[in-house]
Amino acid sequence: MTAVTNGGAATTAGTTTPVGRMAALARAEMTLLGRTKATLFAALFVPLVLPFSLRSTVDQMDLDGTGLSVGSVILPSAIGFSLLFAVYSSLVSVYAARREELVLKRLRTGELRDTEILAGAALPSVAIGLVQSVVLSVACIALLDAGAPRAPHYAVLGLLLGLVMWPALAAVTSSFSKSVEGAQVAAMPLVIVSMIGSGFVPLEVMPDRLASVVELLPLTPVVTLIRGGWAGHLSAYDALGAVATGVAWTVLALFAVRRWFRWEPRR
Amino acid sequence: MNTNGHERVIDVTDLRRVYGGGFEAVRGITFSVGKGELFALLGTNGAGKTSTVELLEGLAAPAGGRVRILGHDPYRERAAVRPRIGVMLQEGGFPAELTVAETIRMWAGCTSGARPVQEALELVGLGRRTGVRVKQLSGGEKRRLDLALALLGRPEVLFLDEPTTGLDAEGRQDTWRLVRELRDQGTTVLLTTHYLEEAEDLADRLAILHEGRIAATGTPAEVTSAQPSRISFELPEGYFPGDLPPLTELGVTGHETAGRTVRLRTHELQRTATGLLVWAERAGVELRRLDVRSASLEEAFLQIAREASGASGAPVDDGEAGLVAVASETMVNKGAAK
Repeated sequence: MTAVTNGGAATTAGTTTPVGRMAALARAEMTLLGRTKATLFAALFVPLVLPFSLRSTVDQMDLDGTGLSVGSVILPSAIGFSLLFAVYSSLVSVYAARREELVLKRLRTGELRDTEILAGAALPSVAIGLVQSVVLSVACIALLDAGAPRAPHYAVLGLLLGLVMWPALAAVTSSFSKSVEGAQVAAMPLVIVSMIGSGFVPLEVMPDRLASVVELLPLTPVVTLIRGGWAGHLSAYDALGAVATGVAWTVLALFAVRRWFRWEPRR
Repeated sequence: MNTNGHERVIDVTDLRRVYGGGFEAVRGITFSVGKGELFALLGTNGAGKTSTVELLEGLAAPAGGRVRILGHDPYRERAAVRPRIGVMLQEGGFPAELTVAETIRMWAGCTSGARPVQEALELVGLGRRTGVRVKQLSGGEKRRLDLALALLGRPEVLFLDEPTTGLDAEGRQDTWRLVRELRDQGTTVLLTTHYLEEAEDLADRLAILHEGRIAATGTPAEVTSAQPSRISFELPEGYFPGDLPPLTELGVTGHETAGRTVRLRTHELQRTATGLLVWAERAGVELRRLDVRSASLEEAFLQIAREASGASGAPVDDGEAGLVAVASETMVNKGAAK
């Protein structure tokens, strides 16, 4: 140990800012993500590979009269999978791991505000989700003739809602698990329900009663808005309904985080 | 609220903490710590040390009472307090897969006026471990890393929750020296420890917590002086306690015998010991297993633990002065004014 000096000009940084603090945290999380190969694999490859494996199923769907093409069915599901795996699933693990390692508690003793901790930790996953969505869009346009989006504002709105809603849902979900392994189990119900209910089967080809139920799932408004944005068939009324559902889930998730998020392990 | 006048850097009044299940961990404690003072919180396991420190750090809101750190409420005015304090929790809290340097860099990005990474690491003797992953550090090295994070922002107030647990003797000495240097430069330090010699050595003042209350407080000397010194020995063959010189004349305030072993308590150790040894010399006997020890913090501590375990009636039979001014505010304030 060397002698301690409390004064001196050798100060590296002045007063921190919220952006600076979140960036520092996000950088560390990015490093950690790169060192957690299993999570990284699930986040990077599942959303890119899975949708294309569904192509033959989609090819057999009766899309006549729905205004949809194979590309515009697969792309929203692909982005949905990206939100489920690259964002939601991996963040449930991240939050659970940081809680178990007491990192969250330690961070809370510093200058970071609570929301900065959660947002900073989410940034790498959100960035991956965003990049994947762009890559998937380009791939679907180039390989599946999805065409350019006819109402891009809906697609962008849907994606943005998803990128806020799913990290918040991940934070809530992680609060219901006691370990990192448990976190993956805790994440499964919503992933499975979303894959089946909001995944690749368009509401337009579902029976009405079922459609009105799955419409209320958190991933559905995101997928609906992106699909509508591409196909351009979404009426203002339907779009409003999807946005309302999406906003409701986002607000609910953010509220749940504030209310129930666990910063320390259960002992 | 104004710290400038009184320089009460840490000011705690009637603090309470109740956990979800209704368990009352902190039951109304009051103390203050002046600028540049080193205050130690001692206590048995579960006495409420960490529960108290977490309230001071602003990690939770108290169920009752008031905390002021540098004149601010650490929970509600987090943004005003945090840049000026450094915290070391009882247990680490670092991602296992980051390296030492990456951990410090991350914290530096979240800390106003942070020291350079290398400086912080050399401060705690981790200068050569920068590239090592946290999971490969020893328990002691993790404590050092934690200390480096606490010192990163050149804090005015330092909260150290068991800073030397898991350190070897040398590491403990290093940490003590570092903490003393910081105190000498005007840093206010609050530390919890279960090494009593650590508190006796380092602390300007201390408080012994028991079941969420302050059982004794003052300078180490004040807390210790209320305790009796102890002498124990084995009676020689053929001798009985009645053969000893009149104990009260030797300044003995309490005694007990168990088999052949005699234990004496006294506040005048020299007088009692001399009287006893002179008697033994004249009688021509040897006092086997003779043990003479002056009052210590350990004694005070054990006394409190004994009283807790319900054995209060047994040894304390002869009107010994009890522990120093139990939770007395006047005592605390006197100490703070020094």
